[in-house]
Amino acid sequence: MKFVLAFFSGLLISSTVLAQEVAPDALVKTTTEEVLEIVRKDKDIQSGNTKKAIELVESKVLPNFNFTRMTQLAMARDWRQASPAQQKALTDEFRTLLVRTYAKALTEYKNQTVAYKPFTLKAGETDVRVRTEIRQSGAGKNVELDYWLEKSATGWKVYDIEVGGISIVTNYRESFASEVRNNGIDGLVKSLQSKNKSGETAPVKK
Amino acid sequence: MKTMLPARIKSLILAVTAAGLLAGCATSGNPKDPIEGFNRAMFAFNEGLDTAIVKPVATGYEAVLPSPVRTGVTNFFGNIADLLIGVNNLLQGKGADALSDLWRVAINSTIGILGTFDIASEFGLEKHNEDFGQTFGRWGVGSGAYVVLPVFGPRTARDTVGLVLDIAADPLTHLGASDGRDVLLVLRGVNDRANLLPADKVIEEAALDKYSYIRDGYLQRRRNLIHDGNAPREPEADAEQVERPVRADTDSVQPRAGAEAAAPEIPVLVARTEPAETK
Repeated sequence: MKFVLAFFSGLLISSTVLAQEVAPDALVKTTTEEVLEIVRKDKDIQSGNTKKAIELVESKVLPNFNFTRMTQLAMARDWRQASPAQQKALTDEFRTLLVRTYAKALTEYKNQTVAYKPFTLKAGETDVRVRTEIRQSGAGKNVELDYWLEKSATGWKVYDIEVGGISIVTNYRESFASEVRNNGIDGLVKSLQSKNKSGETAPVKK
Repeated sequence: MKTMLPARIKSLILAVTAAGLLAGCATSGNPKDPIEGFNRAMFAFNEGLDTAIVKPVATGYEAVLPSPVRTGVTNFFGNIADLLIGVNNLLQGKGADALSDLWRVAINSTIGILGTFDIASEFGLEKHNEDFGQTFGRWGVGSGAYVVLPVFGPRTARDTVGLVLDIAADPLTHLGASDGRDVLLVLRGVNDRANLLPADKVIEEAALDKYSYIRDGYLQRRRNLIHDGNAPREPEADAEQVERPVRADTDSVQPRAGAEAAAPEIPVLVARTEPAETK
């Protein structure tokens, strides 16, 4: 009994330590390779099955993201104006939108490989950028794909992604701000909701 | 590209431009986009042209030609473009990059069979992305107002001037009509559009308002390119942020680190269209 207890507490400790010890670049690499491995084998996703791609993103990618932080960044100053309930609604809708977009991008996958740029974590750093590059064999045109991560109590979490220098989070700032200016926070929640609904009912097209 | 347009399309563009200018009074007060009304009209025109002609042609092109052939076409035009990329790197004082670009042209034009194979990348000579607009940005010229041009699409005032020079210096421009110039220009345009087809679907999925999504993406992308991928992160303007004056020109390389905020609520007192003074 004592042995079993020791064994389990040992397991518990080592898994907690692991959760905190995974370096940001290792997290990006493991997750990317795991997701691509699945996409490479999944003909449904490759032929445009967005629903399946969404399930994949939700199970593998989502736990490593901090969506509250993402929503806060996209909302900029307007975040303060939102009540806690509105903040939650915004975060939920924005999460859905980003997951759908990410999933859509996965269905466009065609044999690209990902290269990981050299990365060193300096002591005490809590906010880092991990650089990767999408490579298409034979063509010189690569697309930079950078992840911004922040250290939290539960390990490193991604709070922004830059595609070719375009932040997929801050790119919403202007349209969010103008929606809030015209129709208030609730107006923005509504327009996100209807955007997400329109995505659901649209037929899966290739 | 305009040179190959029939006169009728030219006059159509003029008419749309005029209509857009009249509608140009309507703006939503975005400091980076003072002629939003005009730009939205032009954006709608470009989208119409794309839906009716360009996209169907590009889709057909993608369907007919196998991927390695399209890659060859992309590399062929990319090799020609490397010449001007090298010139622009030189103008920006990046001698090592310029030299690498010229090596790329030398290698790809010969071993790479007229540029259709990008052998230089395999050798580790990375392809760069430069143009005259970026060179002006490096020199400290501010971006100026955002403007949507007919056919060419999103630019800023600075990048429009850059575009004129890009076209004037483009080797293809200097070919005669009998050298197959027009065929090459159309092929390049269609191939470029075909390369963007996958991005279309993702943008449709992502954008709340396609016009502003593309505008803000363009502005971010240009800012990043001018800094060669090392643009400082835009300030977050969230709860902890202290208010401070913000400049309009977000992407010239003059050292004003941290002052590149984009929060639209902050009144900006700089006229957008004038080039930034270098401070």
